[in-house]
Amino acid sequence: MAPILEISDLSVAYRSDSGDVHAVEHVSLSLNAGEVVGLCGESGSGKSTLAYGAMRLLRPPALITSGSVRYSGRRITHGGEPVDILSMSQRELHRIRWRETAIVFQSAMNALNPVLRVQDQLLDAIQAHLKLPRHEARDKAATLLDLVGIPRDRLRAYPHELSGGMRQRVMIAMALAADPEVVIMDEPTTALDVVVQRDILSQIVELKDRLGFSVLFITHDLSLLLELADRIAVMYAGRLMETGSSQELMREPAHPYTRGLLNSFPALHGAKRELTGIPGVPPDLRDITPGCPFIPRCRYATGACSAVDMSLAPVAGTPAQAAHLTACPIVTPEVTKEASQEEVAS
Amino acid sequence: MTEPLINGVPASGLPGADAAAGDGAAAPAVNADAEQAGEPAVVQSVAAVRGPLALEAVSLDKVFKLGRGKTLQAVRNVSFGLYKGAVVALVGESGSGKSTVAKLLAGQERPTGGVIKLDGQPIDIRGGRAFRKYKSQVQYVFQDPFGSLNPVHDVGYHLTRPVRLHQPGNKDVRGTVTALLEQVRLTPAAQFVVKYPHELSGGQRQRVSFARALAAEPTVLLADEPVSMLDVSIRLEMLNLLDDLRTRLSLALLYITHDIASARYFADEVLVMYGGQIVERGPAEDVTQRPAHPYTQLLIASAPDPDNLGSELKSGYAAGGGAARAGNVGPAAAGCPFSNRCPLAIDKCKQENPALQLLTPVRAAACWRLDVAAPPLADSAVSPK
Repeated sequence: MAPILEISDLSVAYRSDSGDVHAVEHVSLSLNAGEVVGLCGESGSGKSTLAYGAMRLLRPPALITSGSVRYSGRRITHGGEPVDILSMSQRELHRIRWRETAIVFQSAMNALNPVLRVQDQLLDAIQAHLKLPRHEARDKAATLLDLVGIPRDRLRAYPHELSGGMRQRVMIAMALAADPEVVIMDEPTTALDVVVQRDILSQIVELKDRLGFSVLFITHDLSLLLELADRIAVMYAGRLMETGSSQELMREPAHPYTRGLLNSFPALHGAKRELTGIPGVPPDLRDITPGCPFIPRCRYATGACSAVDMSLAPVAGTPAQAAHLTACPIVTPEVTKEASQEEVAS
Repeated sequence: MTEPLINGVPASGLPGADAAAGDGAAAPAVNADAEQAGEPAVVQSVAAVRGPLALEAVSLDKVFKLGRGKTLQAVRNVSFGLYKGAVVALVGESGSGKSTVAKLLAGQERPTGGVIKLDGQPIDIRGGRAFRKYKSQVQYVFQDPFGSLNPVHDVGYHLTRPVRLHQPGNKDVRGTVTALLEQVRLTPAAQFVVKYPHELSGGQRQRVSFARALAAEPTVLLADEPVSMLDVSIRLEMLNLLDDLRTRLSLALLYITHDIASARYFADEVLVMYGGQIVERGPAEDVTQRPAHPYTQLLIASAPDPDNLGSELKSGYAAGGGAARAGNVGPAAAGCPFSNRCPLAIDKCKQENPALQLLTPVRAAACWRLDVAAPPLADSAVSPK
């Protein structure tokens, strides 16, 4: 089965006087129907730029320099060839946006208009994308609130009268207004408490199963993705470092960066582990050295690293058709073993 | 060594004015007058074994006036102690009152009841020389390193000012600034002195905030969500730096966070706040591994758990299944503040607010249903960590 959204070789650069900032470099990522794919990276790693670039939401100075984004939603292609979002006209884009691919923006606090009632904002989204008579649109707005578990009487509330969690739910309701097939969620729970966060995440999964959309979930919190996502892509300095299922990433992380991330957060259960974290700071994207961008922070770095072409290849020791890919050809399981033996010896 | 005892006095509370998580919930602005039932338990703090008592909060209250006769009790009867060289974590959701507690201790807000004692001396938060001395002894690190540094001034300015203010006799201001930068590992210092906030990463900015707090040569550091705005890969380094500083400088550290997992690794004692009051307290490992209060249990069950790969999330756990998960509901106006979300709540919980009850000499929880909620704790260790 063809993926519903297939990003291939996408590169995005920000033009500036002091040179191009290569925010996304040759990234390929696919999203299958009904799947939750997690895109994980630190701030500035290009994860939002990747998603917004793929949806043609970036404005100059951002520039898409290469790639294609193929979308194969049922309503658009009728089972035929996928369409390329990057080569669409503005009119075609208008048909796709919100109707086919919706976005839950990062900060519900800022994404909602403070002077409009919840109802009017939902109606806005509904009427812009679905041609419905007014009373039906109203019913739809009320149904959407039911969907995310907000009482209907909050339709007349202003955003400031809602808690952070409720505002985020309104954003999710709005994204689902036109029954999209792909929903991009950009840090939807970052500003929320853990209790509310879990509540919203379980609701997202439940809605996804019920309505059958696919989710691209962007976050900096890998621990969250391990629980939530089917597959995870780890991004660093505009490049994908590793992709694989949650199990593969958790049990056998291949890339040193992923390992560092996994060793960065304290666990709540089980024995206390020794945490090592990742020393150093993320690189300046204006001044990328050849090869792997993680070299300055990598404990396994060798001279060969600067010749690495950063293409994803199956992890050594896994079958060739496996989905567990890493951009690091240097650190194989053997290398890791040697390193840990050296540690024991010293 | 005689170990200082602290009172853990619980009371009913209400949605706090805690803006720390940027989640300004529209909490119901009502006031409750539920008194706590029974005598408060006297809890021995595990943090006390690290060093002498530095800062003590005794029955702190804070009532905000909202106008039109309405009031909001953000903090009620909160008592705890901070000990030199020890970390006490204050954990709770936004609106639980944890930042208000820090602001009271920092002297930014005046408590409406209770006493703050520094080295045994009660503090009068009205100004004057004694209060200025208090202000330099108790320093605050803000959550947002992007908002807490002035964008028009360089790092050197941010550090020379507190050095001049708080160390008036210091002849070598420049050398002190260099030493401060080295202390927070911003080296080479000369390179960082001339940098402006926008030239620094989030982690580096937060290091400048630490250095600025240390410039006053404090004994107490109040860190309000010091790492929650930073990337995951940077957080650990920052916590390790804080840990190193409090050991080397023997700082009494209050670590405010909503991330209870980091409190497990970093803190000696954990205080869990809900609705303006402390609902559970005890040794960090003990509280996180065997939570007694239903709210603490909910908090721990909700934290992302990477080891939990067969999570209920993936299996399509039905949203809103448990009443306790209803995150939209604020604390209850009467009785136990958690009673309207608690799966174990009985009529008594809705009417009377429970006092902290001792579970072991170092642990206490405020709950009427501890017989059902709490795991057996008889074998729990009394020593910290």
